[in-house]
Amino acid sequence: MLDFIIRRLIAVIPVLTVVAVFVFLMLRLTPGDPAAVIAGDNATSDQIDDIRRKLGLDEPIWTQFVIWIGNMLQGNFGESFFFKKTVAELIAQRIEPTLALAVCTLIFAVALSVPLGVLAAYRQGSVLDRVVMGFSVLGFSVPGFVIGYCLIYIFAIELGWLPVQGYVRIGVNFWGFLERMVLPSLTLSVGFIALISRITRASVLEVLNEDYIRTARAKGLSNRVVLMRHALRNAAVPILTVIGLGIAILIGGAVVTESVFGLPGLGRLTVEAVLSRDFPTIQTVILMFSVVYVVINLLIDISYTLFDPRIRY
Amino acid sequence: MSDTKRPVLEVRNLSVTLPAGADRVHAVEKVSFTVNPGEIVCLVGESGSGKSVIAFTVMGLLAKALKPTSGEILLEGENILTVGETRLRELRCTRMSMIFQEPMTALNPVMTCGQQIDEVLETHTQLDQAARKAKIIAILDRVKLPEPERIYASYPHQLSGGQRQRIMIAMALVLDPVLLIADEPTTALDVTTQAEILKLIAELQTLEGTGVLFITHDFGVVAEIAHRVAVLRWGELVEMGPTEKILSRPEHGYTKMLISSVPSIHPAHRGVRKDGPTVLRTEKLGKTYSGNAFFQKARVVKAAVDVNLDIRRGETLGIVGESGSGKSTVARCIARLIDPSEGKIFLGDTEIATMKAGKLRPHRRRVQIVFQDPYRSMNPRITVGDSIIEGPMNFGLKREEALARARGLMETVRLDPNSLDRFPHQFSGGQRQRICIARALAMEPELLIADEAVSALDVSVQKQVLELLDEIRVRLNLAVLFITHDLRVAAQICDYVAVMSKGRVVEYGSAEQVFGAPKDDYTKALFAAAPGRHWEFGKFAA
Repeated sequence: MLDFIIRRLIAVIPVLTVVAVFVFLMLRLTPGDPAAVIAGDNATSDQIDDIRRKLGLDEPIWTQFVIWIGNMLQGNFGESFFFKKTVAELIAQRIEPTLALAVCTLIFAVALSVPLGVLAAYRQGSVLDRVVMGFSVLGFSVPGFVIGYCLIYIFAIELGWLPVQGYVRIGVNFWGFLERMVLPSLTLSVGFIALISRITRASVLEVLNEDYIRTARAKGLSNRVVLMRHALRNAAVPILTVIGLGIAILIGGAVVTESVFGLPGLGRLTVEAVLSRDFPTIQTVILMFSVVYVVINLLIDISYTLFDPRIRY
Repeated sequence: MSDTKRPVLEVRNLSVTLPAGADRVHAVEKVSFTVNPGEIVCLVGESGSGKSVIAFTVMGLLAKALKPTSGEILLEGENILTVGETRLRELRCTRMSMIFQEPMTALNPVMTCGQQIDEVLETHTQLDQAARKAKIIAILDRVKLPEPERIYASYPHQLSGGQRQRIMIAMALVLDPVLLIADEPTTALDVTTQAEILKLIAELQTLEGTGVLFITHDFGVVAEIAHRVAVLRWGELVEMGPTEKILSRPEHGYTKMLISSVPSIHPAHRGVRKDGPTVLRTEKLGKTYSGNAFFQKARVVKAAVDVNLDIRRGETLGIVGESGSGKSTVARCIARLIDPSEGKIFLGDTEIATMKAGKLRPHRRRVQIVFQDPYRSMNPRITVGDSIIEGPMNFGLKREEALARARGLMETVRLDPNSLDRFPHQFSGGQRQRICIARALAMEPELLIADEAVSALDVSVQKQVLELLDEIRVRLNLAVLFITHDLRVAAQICDYVAVMSKGRVVEYGSAEQVFGAPKDDYTKALFAAAPGRHWEFGKFAA
């Protein structure tokens, strides 16, 4: 087990290296000069050169890369060009809304989609099955921002049940926090629910054909016990895998959702940083997302052992 | 319990219809039979005879597409075709229980064995946890599992196939049902394990007076365990009677044909030739599997050790052994489907054990394999003709020539040459295996390896394929390496036999010698375990 974890953590190094090189090059090879953005519309070219020198952007690309990687390895993520703060401070400030959004979405999606998937599998071909599968196609194909604006229109503007936008810190006003989390998590979870319910259905359907399900029925167990105790746990591994892969959707979706609902999270920060060509911030945030993705998937792989005693690392 | 002689199970005029579009209307048609307390009734038949359908109908576990349309199934007088789902659930495991063919997959892999038996007691009794546990330990002990406490806490994958089948039996019998339905319970097990499980079922059944409905295709098992036999064909009951009578004086032609298809365990006198040139010789052949781990000590499995074999032209060498004995590993090494770790393989004069892939290619033609499962060893998306000519064309034959050869081979394996443009699913299992043989022969090999090539076939089809293989061997003067777990088949087709156990050849000699006077203890145990070895099948009394 320890062997497995260490090997997986070592495997993170090449992944991060590729991501780092890629992000670094993409930013520098696409047009747009951060110094010009910072200097504003009325700056002279001398002023821009001056700013560029201060930011270290006059150095050759590979020197910049070595300096950046060196700093990163020492735990120094650099200073934002635009926000006049260290990137570490910036992330610390912005992480709470994103984390809250991700957790709420996950809870919401799993709590809804797993039972739906199981029911759809159990009643394969029924009206319920078709409704769930139809919804999942819809969930895949409608973009997040459309769903977001629709929900705002219905629940915030027409019905007036929930606030339109904004964020309240969890420590400041818990109720206000929850109120403002409902619509964004709902929006973000739609695609997720579509994905997980589909996989749950397929996975449970496959397990229902297994011999041990027949054995369970031959024991005289009720359908509920057969389904929940025998089928679901055996179907868990593919479901978990997809939840892990879906974290990527979550990260991508957070960017859009936070913009629609005006949440001051990492997704918005990424958008702002990209628009203002804030290299250090973009690089750090993207690297952080990759680390999170890899670590979550490692945790999911480890969690397989809880569900299936045959899996040993 | 046996106060009266009322049968525990009475099936009267049972018909089950197949869904529209199947090859026949009824899966089971107007079948009637009874099972009395303390009696073992065998339902025998080939695949598609409806024997399993009957078993599942009794349990109420039939697939939704199949519908019982007429008749009655009386379990101690109660018609279970008319009772509701709730009552059926109450009856399962309390009055009637079932054990299945595949002990490997019949248990839930993510629950401990104890939990899985506990579920039965939890559902059907009011016992508290301590009482339930005591009862489970007692039944585990009764099915002769060692260390019941440890087994209770074990997951299925930690147990062997035989042990898992014992768990299934324990689960089925824990509430003393009056009827036990056993659906091919020993078919997936090794012969020595099979003998133990059969003995266990017979013992427990005698002790409790349980009625057993035993489903099998194997007349050896029938001879071993049955009191009465019912023979089924295409869903109809052909003949029923006491075992002794059915085996020695069958009346129906089908029963006679079926029983005389069972290969004898006494080797046929084939007259061993010793003159042909050696086609294949292995010298200290070995295969070791080792898992590699970073920090732990690597696990090493020796699948084959020091295997020395030789086969001459026109000769059949059989390798017999139980699962895990290394017989298939040896075959795969010889065909270089896997790379041997030690030793030498001489194909004629060429040493191929260590040959590099590129150099090996021209020699590939010389060794061909026919695999066990004809349903999975052919690409379902290309025609059988294309399957057959693919190999020869890879070796440079023109399409027309290859097709001509394929047509000739179809005749050799007694199939219609005009069916080359059909797809595998349009053929039966036996026909597919013939096509696989034709595919192997198309390469004009010197050595034909048959890896359990007749094990998946019904006994009557098996007989035909065996005869065909032998005929081809004689006609083409081929060397054949025949891998099988079935001693009866080996006795009939092999000139020489090598018995393998745990990766080693424990006995090697002519078929007469090995079968007639086995020397090794393992070989003796293997023969002693063969079901129905006292019966000479097919020698009917007038």
